[in-house]
Amino acid sequence: AGFGSLMQDVLWCFSQVKGTIDTGVTEADIISTVEFNHTGELLATGDKGGRVVIFQREQESKNQPHRRGEYNVYSTFQSHEPEFDYLKSLEIEEKINKIRWLPQQNAAYFLLSTNDKTVKLWKVSERDKRPEGYNLKDEDGRLRDPSMITVLRVPVLRPMDLMVEATPRRVFANAHTYHINSISVNSDYETYMSADDLRINLWNFEITNQSFNIVDIKPANMEELTEVITAAEFHPHHCNTFVYSSSKGTIRLCDMRTAALCDRHAKFFEEPEDPSNRSFFSEIISSISDVKFSHSGRYIMTRDYLTVKVWDLNMENRPIETYQVHDYLRSKLCSLYENDCIFDKFECVWNGSDSVIMTGSYNNFFRMFDRNTKRDVTLEASRENSKPRAILKPRKVCVGGKRRKDEISVDSLDFSKKILHTAWHPSENIIAVAATNNLYIFQDKVN
Amino acid sequence: LKRKCFDGEEDIEGTLAGIKAIPSYNLQRQSLLDMSLVKLQLCHMLVEPNLCRSVLIANTVRQIQEEMTQDGTWQMINTQSTGQASLDRLVSTDILCRSSRDQVEGKHVPGYGTFNKDFESDQAQDSSETMSTASSVQAPRNLQSNMWEMENPQENKGNFQKSLDQIFETLENKSPNSVEDLFSEVDNSYYDLDTMLTGMMSNTKMGHCDSLETFSSPTNTASNSNCKSDLNDLDHIVEILVES
Repeated sequence: AGFGSLMQDVLWCFSQVKGTIDTGVTEADIISTVEFNHTGELLATGDKGGRVVIFQREQESKNQPHRRGEYNVYSTFQSHEPEFDYLKSLEIEEKINKIRWLPQQNAAYFLLSTNDKTVKLWKVSERDKRPEGYNLKDEDGRLRDPSMITVLRVPVLRPMDLMVEATPRRVFANAHTYHINSISVNSDYETYMSADDLRINLWNFEITNQSFNIVDIKPANMEELTEVITAAEFHPHHCNTFVYSSSKGTIRLCDMRTAALCDRHAKFFEEPEDPSNRSFFSEIISSISDVKFSHSGRYIMTRDYLTVKVWDLNMENRPIETYQVHDYLRSKLCSLYENDCIFDKFECVWNGSDSVIMTGSYNNFFRMFDRNTKRDVTLEASRENSKPRAILKPRKVCVGGKRRKDEISVDSLDFSKKILHTAWHPSENIIAVAATNNLYIFQDKVN
Repeated sequence: LKRKCFDGEEDIEGTLAGIKAIPSYNLQRQSLLDMSLVKLQLCHMLVEPNLCRSVLIANTVRQIQEEMTQDGTWQMINTQSTGQASLDRLVSTDILCRSSRDQVEGKHVPGYGTFNKDFESDQAQDSSETMSTASSVQAPRNLQSNMWEMENPQENKGNFQKSLDQIFETLENKSPNSVEDLFSEVDNSYYDLDTMLTGMMSNTKMGHCDSLETFSSPTNTASNSNCKSDLNDLDHIVEILVES
């Protein structure tokens, strides 16, 4: 808009919040994934109860230019149900771990949604006309007595109230022994991959009864297991290239042209450890929780417990940029280990131009880093800042003794309010932030 | 005196200060080991163990074990008689996990809450203050001393390695009998732990923090029988399915 593209000029405003205001949180309503589609017209969320809710951006109206198109519910459906694995006596959670959109090729929308074990391809389509005037059945659908029909007519399509239907077109099941953490659609739009803790499988959208195993890091003896796969993604343009991250803080880039089983990486990204910072928690906080290619395909971004790092694909020995998300937690690692917060998996996202990156933190804070100006900001998703078009005030965490009026001390942070999932519109400054069971939508200020 | 950084604090300079700091470092390390082993057992009981978390905790345990073996402290701690030593270990775990306010009031630390500012400074408090709160943690003490009672010093390392291996084996081959398998080679004092933790299996949505809190409440004989019947139902269902 008129403010320019530097982040210091971007003022983020509250736009909408979805979800209940009740203080008690139903566990099934906890949002577990958020994703814009490729045009930004649709915004999908998945929750712990296995449901998918899709919001659609309304057309901007000239009457209300400041509203910039609000997102309203477009479709809601139950994607996954809880299951029981009888052989292992394990429940299979219906929680939606990831949603990934396919690029739109016709009037219908397609998305992949996955829980721990099964990936499903959903088709979301509109119906706004229905045929009326059948000969053999009446308006209620009851069959008419053929001998009573004296006139023939051609059924016509008449408009009806818009109905949005979601139908499962493919179910990709029984291919993962361990829990699926990532899915990624390939740039060829014909294949996609699903990654669990130890294996990555390549699927063709048309074939559900088999998949290719392209990565397998399971040791012959499970007692020797020391590392797991934490995230994986295809390169945005090169359909033969993908990356996967590990719990030891490494990223491997693989080329599917070299071998059927990509056990040997083409590139291996790892930052040497800083010996002065070494502790018993070093490995845990180095575990990468998310990996994302930039839109350009030249960089990858990784998130570990305390930092976000940007890597140049051409430089494997260290990241080109490191951003501290909440370094004040470094002295609290023992407590965070005890209450399991140290295992929280935060995601990270690029903006459309790859100039700003965003990730979540605790106390419903989320952070943005401008890669060009090196400025960063901390914002909060809360009901208190939820007046329409209210500008979000930057937040600050006080580390030392003197706490200023607007600052919050580390010990006062609410670690149950964590922002794990965020999404950035592909081309505009619109962001979606999942705060437990609420979805916040923020936009930059318009004149 | 080279000393590894624990929890991000600065190295203490000077040999005198270094010598004073060593016991607290060992205590902290031991309590971290205890905590990690408890976590591994817990995640074993939950219906869906998170493999990444288990692997990271197990790696932490291995790191501690390696360092303690190099130090020579591994043998030292386990040759002590069980009664006094385990009590000390448990007290230090409390210190690590409680805020200073909670220590005075004797409350169990909540899963999410305010954090202790500096664990080292709490460590320096006289032990009599922390001993007085020992009575309020009756249940966790019984649990922990039962689990980690080392009877034979020579077998310590073997037992430890064996339990880690067992954990990974049973992560791999989860079966209706896995709970019994895990404890099959352990003496009967574990029985209370077994029945109490199987109660968690019926509540599959419980988070890890909730599980740690449940640890502190006294075992209820009524709930024990409920847990047993839940397991029996499960076996019954499996039988029916296999027969059909």
